[in-house]
Amino acid sequence: MDGSPWPQSALAPDGPAARAILEIGWILTGLSVFVVLLVAAALLIAVFRRRDYEATAAPLPVSPDLVRKIRGERESLDPTPGESLPLEAQAGAGLGLRRDVRCETLPDDRRSVRWILAGGVAFPVVVLVPLFVLTMRSLAAVYARDVEPDHTIEVVGRQFWWEVHYLDGAGNRAFETANEIHVPVGRTVLVRLLSADVIHSFWVPRLAGKLDMIPGKVNQFRIRADAPGEYRGQCAEYCGLQHAKMAFLVVAQPEEEFRAWAARQALPAAQPADSLAARGRDVFLSSGCAACHAIRGTPAAADLGPDLTHLASRRTLAALAMPNNRGHLAGWIADPQAIKPGNLMPAVPLPAADLQALLHYLEGLR
Amino acid sequence: METGTVPRVDTHPYFEVDEARSREFERVWGAARGILGYLREINNIPIATRYIFASFAFFLVGGSFALLMRTQLAVPQSDFLDPRTYNQLFTMHGTTMMFLFVIPFIEAVANYFLPLMLGTRDLPFPRMTTLALWTYIWGGLFIFTSFLFGEAPEAGWFAYVPLSNREFSPGLGMDFWDIGLSVAEIAAMGAGAELLIAVLRMRAPGQALHRLPIFAWAMIVFAFMIIFAFTPLIVGTLMLELDRKALTSFFVPENGGDPLLWQHLFWFFGHPEVYIMFIPALGMVSQIVPVFTRRPLVGYPLVVMAMIAIGFVSFGLWVHHMFATGLSPTALGFFAAASLLIAIPSGVQIFAWIATIWTGRPVWRTPLLFVVGFILIFVMGGVTGTMVGSVPFDLQVHDSFFVVAHFHYVLIGGVVFPFYAMLYYWMPKVTGRLLSERLGKWQFWLMFVSFNVAFFPMHILGLLGMPRRIYTYEAGLGWETLNLVSTVGAWVFGLSASLIAVNLLWSLKRGKPAGANPWNAGTLEWWEPSPPPNAQFKFIPFVRSRDPLWDQTTLGPLPEEEHEERLIEPLRSAPTRWRGALIVSALDARPIAIVQMPRSTIWPFVMSVGFVTTFAGLLVENLWILGPGLAVIGISIIGWFWPDKDQDAAIEEIGTDPGPGKLPLAIAGPISNGWWAMLVFLLVMATALATFIASYFYLGDGPGWPPVAPPARSATLATFVAVAVAATTYIFARGVRRKTLRARRIGLIATAALALAFLVPAYGAWTELGLRARDSAYASAVVTILGFEWLMAIVLLVLVAGSIAWAFGKPKDPRGDGLALLAELQGYFMTGSWAVVFVVLYLLPRLW
Repeated sequence: MDGSPWPQSALAPDGPAARAILEIGWILTGLSVFVVLLVAAALLIAVFRRRDYEATAAPLPVSPDLVRKIRGERESLDPTPGESLPLEAQAGAGLGLRRDVRCETLPDDRRSVRWILAGGVAFPVVVLVPLFVLTMRSLAAVYARDVEPDHTIEVVGRQFWWEVHYLDGAGNRAFETANEIHVPVGRTVLVRLLSADVIHSFWVPRLAGKLDMIPGKVNQFRIRADAPGEYRGQCAEYCGLQHAKMAFLVVAQPEEEFRAWAARQALPAAQPADSLAARGRDVFLSSGCAACHAIRGTPAAADLGPDLTHLASRRTLAALAMPNNRGHLAGWIADPQAIKPGNLMPAVPLPAADLQALLHYLEGLR
Repeated sequence: METGTVPRVDTHPYFEVDEARSREFERVWGAARGILGYLREINNIPIATRYIFASFAFFLVGGSFALLMRTQLAVPQSDFLDPRTYNQLFTMHGTTMMFLFVIPFIEAVANYFLPLMLGTRDLPFPRMTTLALWTYIWGGLFIFTSFLFGEAPEAGWFAYVPLSNREFSPGLGMDFWDIGLSVAEIAAMGAGAELLIAVLRMRAPGQALHRLPIFAWAMIVFAFMIIFAFTPLIVGTLMLELDRKALTSFFVPENGGDPLLWQHLFWFFGHPEVYIMFIPALGMVSQIVPVFTRRPLVGYPLVVMAMIAIGFVSFGLWVHHMFATGLSPTALGFFAAASLLIAIPSGVQIFAWIATIWTGRPVWRTPLLFVVGFILIFVMGGVTGTMVGSVPFDLQVHDSFFVVAHFHYVLIGGVVFPFYAMLYYWMPKVTGRLLSERLGKWQFWLMFVSFNVAFFPMHILGLLGMPRRIYTYEAGLGWETLNLVSTVGAWVFGLSASLIAVNLLWSLKRGKPAGANPWNAGTLEWWEPSPPPNAQFKFIPFVRSRDPLWDQTTLGPLPEEEHEERLIEPLRSAPTRWRGALIVSALDARPIAIVQMPRSTIWPFVMSVGFVTTFAGLLVENLWILGPGLAVIGISIIGWFWPDKDQDAAIEEIGTDPGPGKLPLAIAGPISNGWWAMLVFLLVMATALATFIASYFYLGDGPGWPPVAPPARSATLATFVAVAVAATTYIFARGVRRKTLRARRIGLIATAALALAFLVPAYGAWTELGLRARDSAYASAVVTILGFEWLMAIVLLVLVAGSIAWAFGKPKDPRGDGLALLAELQGYFMTGSWAVVFVVLYLLPRLW
């Protein structure tokens, strides 16, 4: 991390999509606070407003009509009015109030109904219609479909890491990396999202909202980083045991730096610089690593695990589970299940000397 | 006269009856005794009490799961729980709360209080209530046994494919989930259908629709929503289970299936589900507010319309759970608009309560406190709901902790707080004792404050980028403090929520006697003693107001109601040889018939055991478990429908055609509850078929569908047979109505033969296709639709077989007519549904 206190916060946007969302987010928040305060005020006034009568256990009849009706009922039943009390006068143990029966009437209900319609229908309509227009406009800004992208990348979600392909001008895959996406600052990048297994979701809060990666379907959207830096992203659709440790980095670099990086990434792996490294490469090819991983420029070409051609150039290991250094790499190779239980990499038991050679070789893959 | 702790005073002569008859009446409605009696009990009062406590037990278990999760998240990189356990816990927390707590709890409360509020003696199908209770308990325990096998489901309560499908969740965990859930859902649907029929047909005379208690209105909306929302879920889980057993490929993209189909089916259930839980809570609040503001509800018609509107609109916004799946902007716009729209009826509700409080005289008792807390919290959940309904904002906060905060504000604020208000308000009716006010107020404040401490920080966590469903997080992302605060709040909330148990136990020992009507409330349930006897409403009350206990001076009949009084005279502290209740017309609650209700019986319990055994057999694919399970179900069906002596007595005493000025016994045709239940069943079946067909079209959204031209020879033949079924159905039904025995017998036998014959070409249509369902989504869709038609033919066959037995055994018996008229409905439905299937599967592909 480059030290930002909020590496994954939607409140610290650095791209047009995330900024547009935050903008409508503030409007929504302001409106929400206003509505909550309004309702709370109405409710609290309703509860605590001064009343010029004492609370009694008797209910208030709803209208003069009803009072007449009750009196009528009494008369039709009982020739001596006043002897048969309304049923309610006989109860109220839980209320603990005086039990006098008052037959006063309430304010006209029609006024209350007008208030209900004003608060419950008119007010929401007045608020929601502009809100809807705003939503659709903001959505257009977020997706920015009319912006011509400068670069196109493909990200494939896998349990529990990210496979990243950079496409050339013709739309073919040029080179591959993992868990780390480099982009040039200020350029629009079209991100095509795929999945190789279950549903994942691509989310870099500081740059844009999220979009799902669904097997059998290709989703795409545009991202742009307006300042150099590292932006943390994380899988946002529950994808299994290690969903929590499926993160990635977007590294925004000035144009030239990015070009240099891309040129280096497109090259095949560095040849072993010394005999120890050469031994390490043999260990890699013979100990099972090559069954899942590819290193371009060697016979290893499998695509079950991340492409390791330029492993040493990456900042982290195992989808941001730990920093990329010799100690962590050794621990990971020796027992990946201890660090990220349930990930698909098996432990590879190696003699100490072989492990040292392998580490030396991998550290040279810049 | 029946007395509670506080005598009810109603001196109307209607309530005078001789003691001997009264005792007889109480004996016939009395509880079953002994251990066997416990299992045989079917009366709604004891059954609903068990239902309430069972669902509350599940609530405590689901809540403790949440506390374990919060403990894990209190600090970064915690190893309190391992990832598998955490994932199992959040899966089971959601599943338990949604399916095993809220819905059953609502139904339990409704089972208890609806008959009391409606002035009737029991629910329309007491045996089905009992079956639903036991099936629900077994279904819940079934899911929990998965923990014993170390195979608890861990794909989330939403079970998204492909993660939950055979390839990525190969263990038994998701099978437990799928099957256990279906069991619990079917129980919930049965109970829902029953509540609907109860409200529509079993009320006190005079309690026309415009005088229904709001809670009863809420249950009407609730029941319809359950029918239309749960059916697609059950169909969806059936598809998932078939996929998991590698029989079909609905959701497997390599074979033409589509993972998004599951999301559509799930959220078409899942979103209305929120309102299915919320609308009964609204109903409860609308019962409570008037009582504690000492005035009738303001804007009753508006409130009812708002609930109906919420019910409708809630089916139009399921896609707002799928804003991030990459839909077209048009679809996003439509569903965003619907999501915003729902704010309007919700606003009407809230302002109606505020207006009621404003113009009333609030009395501060715990229930009102919880209601005010509910309104405040729910409004906060509502506005964040509008926020996530705005698509761009949702793209950022979807599946983050912001959403967790949002829906806990809605569900705890909007559902659990009203539940607590309801417990403080209604439990005195159940136990006969008042709960402690002082403890209640303490509990409210503790819950209110700790709830906000626990859940408000989650809004901010979501905005800071914290996704949902992660078992851990690393330090340095700015999430530490807020998570710790939230965990502390959650623990306090959990402990204070369980204070209700303490209060309940305290009240049983020390609580003040409640009397019949401790709150001086206006609705009928407060007229019966607390606790009410099984033999409730010995005298059927006459209702002339929404709040009869407030507005009426007597629940007896007025002079102008003499006609109704005479009609229901056979129910005045009677009948005494069998259990009888009143059926009224749906709109204006005129007495139209008397219904005989069953007495205690063991068969519902036995059948529930059969169900769970069968499902266990399906789970482990073992015929030695499956077979006995099915046998038990078969035996209990026979035992269930075996004509009982009470029925004979009722037919003898009342008869189906007693002459003018008397109510008939409701046994056959539209005046019987069974006929209405059949309508509901067919509504469910129609919804299921619609779901299958919608899935067929959804999967075919693209070129190359259907992949093969389906051969139509057998299907055409089946169509001829189906049309013939309609004709013979018409013949036997006419025979029943005109009492021409020959037409009835011939029609029935012909229908049986045709229904049997239909199975052959319907199966032929499948074999002609020559595809394997496990390899093709198209074949999967076709085989389930054809299988559905098979099932319809078999149901018809069973009903017709029973009708034949009556037609030849006891042709004069009205029960035979009743069964035959059910077969009539099924006969027409089978023909009609096949016609739809024929058009969709065989005609449309040829027209394109």
